[in-house]
Amino acid sequence: MQRVNGRKRRTVVLLLAGGVLLALFFASLTLGRYPVPLFTVVRILWRRFLSLFGLSGPVTWTPQMENAVVSVRLPRIVMACLVGCSLAAAGTTFQGVFRNPMASPDILGASNGAAFGAALAILLGCSQQYITVFAFLGALLTVALVFLIAQRAPGLRTVNLILAGIMIGSLFSAGTSYLKLVADPSNQLPAITYWLLGSLSGTRLSAIPVAAIPMCVGLVPLLLLRWRLNLLSLGDSEAKALGVNTDLLRAVLILCATLVTAAAIAVSGVIGWVGLVIPHLSRKLVGSDHRGLLPCAMLTGASFLLLVDDVSRNLLATEIPIGILTAVIGAPFFIWLLLRKEKTL
Amino acid sequence: MSLSVRDLRFAYQKTPVLSGVTFDAAPGELLAILGPNGVGKTTLFRCILGEQKRYSGTIEIDGTDAGTLSPRERAHRVAYIPQTHGMTFRFSVRDTVLMGTSHTLSPFGSPGRAQERAAGEALDRLGIGKLSDRMFDTLSGGEQQLVYVARALAQQAKILLMDEPTSSLDYGNQLSVLSVVKDLSRDGYTVLLSTHNPQHALWYADKVLALSDGRVAAFGRTGEVLSPALFGTLYGTQTQLYETPGGTVILPVPNKPESKGDQP
Repeated sequence: MQRVNGRKRRTVVLLLAGGVLLALFFASLTLGRYPVPLFTVVRILWRRFLSLFGLSGPVTWTPQMENAVVSVRLPRIVMACLVGCSLAAAGTTFQGVFRNPMASPDILGASNGAAFGAALAILLGCSQQYITVFAFLGALLTVALVFLIAQRAPGLRTVNLILAGIMIGSLFSAGTSYLKLVADPSNQLPAITYWLLGSLSGTRLSAIPVAAIPMCVGLVPLLLLRWRLNLLSLGDSEAKALGVNTDLLRAVLILCATLVTAAAIAVSGVIGWVGLVIPHLSRKLVGSDHRGLLPCAMLTGASFLLLVDDVSRNLLATEIPIGILTAVIGAPFFIWLLLRKEKTL
Repeated sequence: MSLSVRDLRFAYQKTPVLSGVTFDAAPGELLAILGPNGVGKTTLFRCILGEQKRYSGTIEIDGTDAGTLSPRERAHRVAYIPQTHGMTFRFSVRDTVLMGTSHTLSPFGSPGRAQERAAGEALDRLGIGKLSDRMFDTLSGGEQQLVYVARALAQQAKILLMDEPTSSLDYGNQLSVLSVVKDLSRDGYTVLLSTHNPQHALWYADKVLALSDGRVAAFGRTGEVLSPALFGTLYGTQTQLYETPGGTVILPVPNKPESKGDQP
């Protein structure tokens, strides 16, 4: 009986999380300096949708409204969802792979590498697109380096990976500090600092596929392998005895989670907390079985970052960098999670 | 399925752990592995499970060289039942047992109806079906050990390796776990069980493999092999065997004070 309830609970939670995300999505489109009623938002999107098929409908709104909704808010909202979903998925994966609830998407130094890449691009005077590319490659390169080092070291593979991640990460963060030192303090330094705080402002529609493609390439295998992640979370010897090729599985999971993390950091800057807090929250909601946990984390991660980004762009006249807000909202939330008495499922 | 180990040698760096271990186990047999701490029992299991590949000698499972098996093929044949231990993440009993079926799935697959059924049958067979919905970490040590046995049954491998399954259990649970394992061996499973309790070997094992310094100190039928002399070699203690209506019992010989003269 209870089992049925457990299953049902998982389905209900996932449906609820999906519903919340959908509601937040539309609510976010109405929010902003230039108010657009919900009904109008829906009709603008509906007309855009029809136009994909060569159809058209009546226009009962001002061009400013359409511009605010479609060109300014929509890309940013979609991007917030993508980044939140990706960071939460990567965090969940890393926590499972390393059997450590303290793991986060940047455990292998991805964000340090991305920061170095972005800072370098800013220093070289590159355009926005190149900053993104540099950050993406910086993250991938760092993790590749960490992986190669851990592969060669004797001893426990997971411990080696974490130690190598700490070392390479601090190397790159030292590099970033040096770049900040030599950067032009009037324009380059603020640009670097701002990038490091993380932000989704100024996201264009054209940036969506650039981020979405690597994210999907990483997320699909993660979703398909989520049952095997359960096995890996038991530890190597047990997973092996259950028939898992642990080295291969771990490498694939880390590769995918890194790809997803790199894509997210490259377009948004360094946004902490999502990848750490959301897996915890989701575990409280649906339990540790990754069949339910991973989808739940992806949905709640998207909602969480969307909500934080809404606060970031609406609370004050000047935008608050989202990296600051995730910590301000994430830390107390995490403390609350820690203090809450655990209910047995 | 039968397991046959021939002249197995293994060394960590330069330190030999196993030097020429030879034994075999057939279906329906419960083989107890005895030996003091650090004698290489766990290493032996790691070699059979393919975790340690740099051994010399051969390990054959039904005539197939175990070294050539992929992890998946091995999981079809050999199941490992660990000591109870903490889990980082909390899984339900059913999910824990369900994990035993993973080698029957495609790499991207999730368990379906057939796997759920296998898990349910394994739990029912051990009489712990009612625990299915509990969280693993809320169970007692004995129940947890039975869940691991159920996982091995769901795995449908015919060779079971148990590494000191009773070490953290109370007396009642030790006996109930062992009798479950004994029944399984009667049903045709090949069971290898390492233990620190020679009494368990006397009561339950068909055959005994005694290891000392990485070598085989004795191997054969339980009744023929176990003797006070062997226990002296293995553990350096004096013991005595007593025949009782309930079976052979091993008792330590107390260190009597030296008798002073022959006065009546």
